[in-house]
Amino acid sequence: MSYVVEVCKLGMKYHSLNGEIDALKNINFSVSEGEFISIVGPSGCGKSTLLSLIAGLIVPTTGGVFVEGKPVSETSEKVGYMLQKDHLFEWRTIYQNVILGPEIRGTLNAETKEYALKLLDTYGLLEFKDKYPSQLSGGMRQRAALIRTLVAKPEILLLDEAFSALDYQTRLAVTEDIYSIIKKEGKTAILVTHDISEGISMADRVIVLSKRPATIKKIYEIKLSCEKRTPLRSREAPEFREYFNKIWKELDVNV
Amino acid sequence: MSDKKSPNISPQHREYLRRVKRRKRTIFITQISLLILFFALWEVAARIGAIDPFITSQPTRIIDTVLNLYRDGKLFNHIAITCVETILGFIFGTLIGILVAIILWWSEFLEKVMEPYLVVLNSLPKIALGPIFIVWIGAGPSAIVVIAMTISVVVTILEVLNGFLGVDQEKIKLVKTFGANRVQILTKVVLPSSLPVMVNALKVSVGLSWVGVIVGEFLVSKAGLGYLIVYGGQVFQLDLVMASVIILSIAAFLMYRMVAWIEKLVVKRN
Ligand SMILES: Nc1ncnc2c1ncn2[C@@H]1O[C@H](COP(=O)(O)OP(=O)(O)OP(=O)(O)O)[C@@H](O)[C@H]1O
Ligand SMILES: [Mg+2]
Repeated sequence: MSYVVEVCKLGMKYHSLNGEIDALKNINFSVSEGEFISIVGPSGCGKSTLLSLIAGLIVPTTGGVFVEGKPVSETSEKVGYMLQKDHLFEWRTIYQNVILGPEIRGTLNAETKEYALKLLDTYGLLEFKDKYPSQLSGGMRQRAALIRTLVAKPEILLLDEAFSALDYQTRLAVTEDIYSIIKKEGKTAILVTHDISEGISMADRVIVLSKRPATIKKIYEIKLSCEKRTPLRSREAPEFREYFNKIWKELDVNV
Repeated sequence: MSDKKSPNISPQHREYLRRVKRRKRTIFITQISLLILFFALWEVAARIGAIDPFITSQPTRIIDTVLNLYRDGKLFNHIAITCVETILGFIFGTLIGILVAIILWWSEFLEKVMEPYLVVLNSLPKIALGPIFIVWIGAGPSAIVVIAMTISVVVTILEVLNGFLGVDQEKIKLVKTFGANRVQILTKVVLPSSLPVMVNALKVSVGLSWVGVIVGEFLVSKAGLGYLIVYGGQVFQLDLVMASVIILSIAAFLMYRMVAWIEKLVVKRN
């Protein structure tokens, strides 16, 4: 099997005293190695739920997720998760924040420490390693959060609105930044976003979800005629607007 | 960023800093003057007969009383007893309170079961339990420490538990993605991010512990500043009462400063 992630007939229901919430219904898709997938959908449709299921944080009601052919039953180091906010711990230095994954998994050794320092160095945060998060800018913090995820050597990165806490200017720069890091490290990525442009600008495919219970409305293969793709260059490609309008309409009809 | 200590600050900024400093000094001087004025007026009023020193006492007589206590060699004994009881009271109160909060955080079932009991205990004036502890433990310092502890422990449990439950769920989700178990969630996220809450609970505990100890000493009536106050009241020696109250204020103030200092030390980040 050449797919890194396979999502099969995935369904999720939440139970609360107010009743049953049908969050996901019969979701099927596969992701190949190195692919970048964006998922867009109306708010509250179940996007975060989908990522939590892929990460193995919660157990699906029906169906299942396979990572590298193995069914997901708990969290694994194969999957890295980036949340909306960086959630760097203020009481830890950048270095201590970045080694959180291995520390928790009990795999902190000379090699992982070395790797963490190497990543900090490669992505220009080495001189800040003994600083506290409050001493860093928003963009740098997000980069530190990505390094924290990468230190655990995941094959797949899940990004849940990972840039939406930033102001627009920073957001564009950080998107560019993170995209190049993900490509350089050769990771497979699944990005959840509200922002259609952002989704298209980074993705090889965009999955459009319906409103709750989320089903897959449509999957768009993004083919842009620009060389050396980066999120910013993608935005200038002639096809960009076309995709945007299609997806925007797809989402709009749903409301 | 770190231009706080750099020598090349602008004259305007230097002027600003000087103004802030001067203002701080003025406030301090006014505070001290108020205190001196208060005692001076008290002394003068007593001397010219505007108030009756037999029931209001007066600063010079208070000083004499303190000196007498000192000469008898009992002064520091009483102070030490009260302070040690208070410190033990709030340390035990805080530690046990945090421990119980951890247990209740751990088991949501237990938390729900205990909720009404905690509410009742919280609204109950714990002083009412004083005589019970004295009967059970005996009229001595142990009973007083237990009374002080009981007063502070319930508030600590509620405050700290609240802090634990208020920890950002997303932070917990983050460590879960790294496969954290419950112990790790507690030690890596919940405890460190609740540090300010715990220190704050400690601050509240100190105040409550003083109340517990003084009331305990009223009841036990053997030693300590609380004993001196109640004894002075009974034999109508207002000099002794006032002297003890003033010593108590100073001790309470110093202890508060100590805790504030600990707070500054601990809650630098967050
Ligand atoms: N733990 C839970 N218990 C009960 N209901 C939940 C739970 N988590 C999510 N839900 C509900 O499931 C639905 C989908 O939630 P989810 O967070 O996956 O949506 P989302 O698409 O990520 O939303 P947003 O766009 O706001 O990020 C929502 O209606 C939410 O209220
Ligand atoms: Mg979400």
